[in-house]
Amino acid sequence: MCEYVLETENLGISFGGLKAAQNVNLKIKKNEIYGLIGPNGAGKTTVFNMLTGVYLPTTGTFRLMGEELKGKTQEQINRRGIARTFQNIRLFSNMTVIRNVMVGLHNLPEYKCSLVESILRLPKHFKVEKEMRQRAKELLEIFGLLEERNQLAYNLPYGKQRRLEIARALATSPRLLLLDEPAAGMNPQETAELMETIRFVRDKFDMTILLIEHDMSLVSGICDRLTVLNFGVTLAEGDVSTVLNDPAVVKAYLGE
Amino acid sequence: MTKFISKLKAVKWKHYVNYIGVALAMLVFTLVTLLGEPKSSTLYLLENITMNIILAVSLSLVVGFLGELSLGHAGFMCIGAYIGGKLSSLLSAGALGDGIVNLIISMLVGAIAAGAFGFVIGLPALRLKGDYLAIVTLAFGEIVRTIFQNSSEKSFGGPMGIKTPRFDKHYLFIIGFVLVLITLFVVQNVIRSKHGRAITAIRDNEIAARATGINVTKYKLLGFIISAAFAGVAGVFYSFANFNVRPVTFDYNYSIEMLVMVVLGGMGNVSGAIISATLITILNTELQTVLSGDLAVLKDIIYSLVLIVIVIYNNAPKLKAFRDKYNPKAILHRVMMRRRDAGYVVDDAARWDVIPTKIDMDEVLSTDLNVTESTLKPDKEEKP
Repeated sequence: MCEYVLETENLGISFGGLKAAQNVNLKIKKNEIYGLIGPNGAGKTTVFNMLTGVYLPTTGTFRLMGEELKGKTQEQINRRGIARTFQNIRLFSNMTVIRNVMVGLHNLPEYKCSLVESILRLPKHFKVEKEMRQRAKELLEIFGLLEERNQLAYNLPYGKQRRLEIARALATSPRLLLLDEPAAGMNPQETAELMETIRFVRDKFDMTILLIEHDMSLVSGICDRLTVLNFGVTLAEGDVSTVLNDPAVVKAYLGE
Repeated sequence: MTKFISKLKAVKWKHYVNYIGVALAMLVFTLVTLLGEPKSSTLYLLENITMNIILAVSLSLVVGFLGELSLGHAGFMCIGAYIGGKLSSLLSAGALGDGIVNLIISMLVGAIAAGAFGFVIGLPALRLKGDYLAIVTLAFGEIVRTIFQNSSEKSFGGPMGIKTPRFDKHYLFIIGFVLVLITLFVVQNVIRSKHGRAITAIRDNEIAARATGINVTKYKLLGFIISAAFAGVAGVFYSFANFNVRPVTFDYNYSIEMLVMVVLGGMGNVSGAIISATLITILNTELQTVLSGDLAVLKDIIYSLVLIVIVIYNNAPKLKAFRDKYNPKAILHRVMMRRRDAGYVVDDAARWDVIPTKIDMDEVLSTDLNVTESTLKPDKEEKP
């Protein structure tokens, strides 16, 4: 078995000569909460987009549990075990909360049901639908969204939309969860709750988590290790306290 | 008995309301036809209504549920009508005759032919969005029509079209209703399954759908194929109802009329599509019969005025408030409360969507890359 859940090797991408990210080397161990931080425009989300197949990396490659995933489509990468949330929440806003989660369950092998079986309403269809609904309810209960399950997703308050997005990502039963600024737009109390949620997700689902965040209290509170990006270049990496006290990092954030 | 009643209560009637409505209509009109001698114009209207319902319901799968704007539905119908119609005339010349077997075979073939073109049109839909896809589908419909218009006399009859065999005119509308039921069965069962959820997920947020592992390619093509196949069925039905198929019928006006049916019925609302298809067909036919001679020009004007009024009525915020106040449910509520100003609670759930979410990724990226002076200016002093 591979030592690292996610391993990137000189991952880099450029857009028309602009190097948005270069030589990103992440090595994330199992059950780790790994932070990816950096000032605005540092290329953090670009790294996420490469890891989820939105962009094809110009250089380098990345592996999930030793399996090379570069060049796979977003759907394939998700099925291999990388799920993500988005910086600007992207829910299926005109669908109910429970359906959002059920879409996440779509590809799991235990809920396989062909189109013909669905159209003809064979027993398999009803069995699968019932099981999916049950599983989705369990997930929603974990995230405290069970009460709202029949509301449209866009009717949820902001914090709950965030949680729903995480629940949907977890429904795909990933091995690595990517969270893009989960605390964005949250007040300190909500952030504290979110930290609990993230820790809980790691323990309960035996998950490895890579997150982008600007909120340093969250980063120093839950991350095991960090990588700092600035203008697409890795500035520092390692333990939280070492990295955050690194003069180069302080300079990048605060200026000279 | 009580067990039976409790079982009845457990049934989700909401799921079957469309079937029940269509089946009831079919029964009523069948009885009427059996008892009396209906006018041929009534029969023709019924045939048109069922045909347009099939078209509207199948188009709503693409427009309402998949969220892609398609203006080429008449093109798919045209293919179905020509292929199915030609086949049926060949079959009736052969050993099969004009019977129901002929009808079923030509409908299947028409559906498959149109579905194949649905696949072809689904391919650009994977890359094009919104207006651009609308242009491609619009062009597709026109190309199909023009090809048939310029076909040789022997193949598809050119501008004069093809003759199709006569089917028992009296009961053709029953077949129309059965086809509506089949369409509803397939489309609704697709929508109300995990596959339908995937399709609506693509409509709501394609990026998120991809990131959630939905095979967008597969489901977009699927939506287009199913939708086109049923348009093909409607086309074959048209050829049976009209004895001949001419290219003029399938111009882009007809595609847009189908779109109007879907939009007026409410995007992603199958019952709405059925109702609006029925009403629009009746309106159209009645205007055509009432206005004769010079007044015929008025038809388009009245028709479009009615459409404009309905669209405004559906969307204007002030009229929305007015409608919320004076809709039957609200009035009933007020009567029940016996107070004029009893607060009829209007669902303000929609307000939630104006809550600002995070800044767009591109925006964040660009702020750092093009630092201009204006962004570096100090904040203005706050007035006390």
